[in-house]
Amino acid sequence: MSEYSVLIGGRAGEGINTAGLSIARLFSRLGYRTCMYFDYPSLIRGGHNFAIVRASDMRIGAHRTPVDVLLAFDQNSIEHHRQRIRDTTTVVYDASTVVRGQGYGLPLDAILKEENAPPITGNSAMLGALAQVAGIDRDLLEAVLRESVPAKHLEANLRVAGRGYDAVENVFTVEPLDAPTFPVLTGNEAAGLGLVHGGLESYVAYPMTPSSNLLHFLAEHAEDFSIKVLHPENEISVILMALGLAYAGEKAAVGTSGGGFCLMTEGLSFAGMAELPVTIVMGQRPGPSTGMPTYTAQSDLHFVLNAGQGEFPRLVAAPGDLEEAYTWSSTALMLSWKYQVPSIILTDKTLAEGASSFDIETVVPHPDQEPVLWDGAGEYRRYAPREGGVSPLAFPGREGAVVRVNSYAHDEAGFTTEAAADVKLLQEKRLAKGESLKAELATYPTVKAYGPRNSGATIVCWGSEKWACIEAAEKFGARVVQPLVLAPFPVRHWKEAMIGAGKIICVENNATGELARLLRQQGFDPGRSVLKYDGRPFAVDELEARLLEVLA
Amino acid sequence: MSPEQPAGKPAGGLISPAQNTWCPGCGNFAIEHMMKSAIAELSEEEGIPLHNFVLLGGIGCHGKLVDYLNVNSFYGIHGRSIPAATGMRLANPDLKIICHVGDGDIYAEGLDHLIFAAKRNSDITVIVHDNRVYGLTTGQYTPTSPFGFRGRSTPGGITEHPINPLEVMLAAGATHIARGYTKKVRHLKDLFKEAILHRGFSFVDVLQICATYFNLTGYYDAHAYELAEGEVETGRFESAQEKIREWDYDQEAPIALGTFYSVEKPIYEEKFQALTAGKPDRRALVRKMIEGRR
Repeated sequence: MSEYSVLIGGRAGEGINTAGLSIARLFSRLGYRTCMYFDYPSLIRGGHNFAIVRASDMRIGAHRTPVDVLLAFDQNSIEHHRQRIRDTTTVVYDASTVVRGQGYGLPLDAILKEENAPPITGNSAMLGALAQVAGIDRDLLEAVLRESVPAKHLEANLRVAGRGYDAVENVFTVEPLDAPTFPVLTGNEAAGLGLVHGGLESYVAYPMTPSSNLLHFLAEHAEDFSIKVLHPENEISVILMALGLAYAGEKAAVGTSGGGFCLMTEGLSFAGMAELPVTIVMGQRPGPSTGMPTYTAQSDLHFVLNAGQGEFPRLVAAPGDLEEAYTWSSTALMLSWKYQVPSIILTDKTLAEGASSFDIETVVPHPDQEPVLWDGAGEYRRYAPREGGVSPLAFPGREGAVVRVNSYAHDEAGFTTEAAADVKLLQEKRLAKGESLKAELATYPTVKAYGPRNSGATIVCWGSEKWACIEAAEKFGARVVQPLVLAPFPVRHWKEAMIGAGKIICVENNATGELARLLRQQGFDPGRSVLKYDGRPFAVDELEARLLEVLA
Repeated sequence: MSPEQPAGKPAGGLISPAQNTWCPGCGNFAIEHMMKSAIAELSEEEGIPLHNFVLLGGIGCHGKLVDYLNVNSFYGIHGRSIPAATGMRLANPDLKIICHVGDGDIYAEGLDHLIFAAKRNSDITVIVHDNRVYGLTTGQYTPTSPFGFRGRSTPGGITEHPINPLEVMLAAGATHIARGYTKKVRHLKDLFKEAILHRGFSFVDVLQICATYFNLTGYYDAHAYELAEGEVETGRFESAQEKIREWDYDQEAPIALGTFYSVEKPIYEEKFQALTAGKPDRRALVRKMIEGRR
């Protein structure tokens, strides 16, 4: 395995995220698979931001603690990361601010002054230095800058990059691979692309980390995708606007995080009762309450499984990487419409704001699904009973139909009722859709397994911990099983995947073992939990050490 | 119009088979029947197909109205009709979208949505059934109940003054503001028609009798009057504001009925319409975007 890790760190506002993405693109252009973890506090200027880019000739999806190159804009970027520096680590630092640095000091203030370039171009100096240290062709660096830097700033950035390149020495050489260049996307971007692929016509959201960038991405490309992107006054309005769009026949999705999802729950329950389709991208972050806005957690599983008063079916899928975020966002939207149920794509900050190589060629598309539409015969009844519970849809504006949706218990036509027989019939009809959805999902890859059966140990995980688990499991020859759909729970697929599981370890980014609890509820043994709840995802080596404790 | 003439065009087909459960004497009947007539007349006079009308209801006695008319309906949740209405208008510009809301419903639970719909000039109509008391939850004060109102949650009388919803709407940027009264049904019907035809956000506060918990019939009959032609310059903010402030829903004063303000402004939903026109192959656009990121 040929791999490299690069950390770039500095204060917020210095463009660390963008610089990290450029580093990832640099390695991508050399044929490497990349992933980036971006760590930043909830502030606009100052503090300490850093990005770790890992590149490998193998499929990866998580970072490791040690780094090969550390690019430090300030002293903090060295002091905070002492544990990442090995004998072989090359440190490049801004000599204008770092007083105690070992490695290559770049006189950034002087370079910027001499080149008459704005402070933000300091990133290009670091990229130039990285290219020299890592033996990356200067032309390639310039090509990446040309793609990422706006035209009016390009010349200054190229000059500064050249100064960085010339100021350091070559230490090692990243050999180009005979492999394609994969696009580098964030989880939010993959989810947004998936939604549009699935038929999205409108996206509605109120800004909230880690889902704001999904709003930004779709808003920036609203014209490219020919979609409406709306940002109303709060999350209550967000979900109601989406339900209004759905009622009038337009496919809509919303995005939020835990706090915003709290506000959406009355709308979610309404969607369940009125049978209005909506897809919710729910990016988790640590709670309770405001918690740590810019960090990560998997602590809202039971919240999304149970949110909303009353009993109604829902689809909850937790993608573990870009390809799954893309396919399941698309599928969630389509299945929402086919079964007239809310669907939730459960991500977290690690996946949503992390970036990695996206290989669309390996995406196995799920089947296309169409909503059931009214054929125009007879009197239209919005909640007409039908095999499987799904009533044909008509939308207002349709001649010959009076389309009634209702948050109250209602009869087949949609009129409010409290009659025992009607209420019972319609409750059973709604729940029947859940069963139909469950049956449909039997043909989907709702549970994935990696590694051989009967290996003696199985690591169970969900969502963004997937790739850290797969890589760590290899060290122990263990199998990994990942449920992608969490509601309706794929009981049969789970049983099949867990045959010969051996010792079970359940890895999660939360404090109480939420997947473990769900597995117990379903009558399965979740084994021993390995948990991390400090707002950061597992590094692969960190997880290996934790697994060693329970597998030894 | 002489008293023996019907208030509106008969439209029996617009009454649904749902059983009516309002109290005898409830002001909601007047609103229901005047909305029915307004829809029937607009359909005939303006050629708006009946299937293009959508009625939204919140939660409260008012909401039942949407069950009682044979029109597309969205019987939503407490205080949240307005964002759903905007969503519908975004999806289909041909729809005539009318939100029936209550004073507790929209001035308390959903005030944010009301203000923002006015601010963005969403092309919807909001009819407030303002009986100034919670009826369905059996008699508590609302944001428009007068100072000292004794309700079941405030038996000692409230110590806060009501909001003047028309003034709130004017400040928020509403482009059409009117007030009606359930005992003046023909006038009410005309206000409804005018509001529905207004391009942009239209708002009608209807002083509605609650026969059971807060019957102000005598008070309104004594104080309400219809605005005469030219009594308020409806295109001028200051003129509208002055007339709107004549009665503050609290102190004894003449109560003007009619249209206070009506201006044209760009409609929120229209700038989004062009975006989704033409139904492009979005999958090809997705593929192109991914390829472009290599």
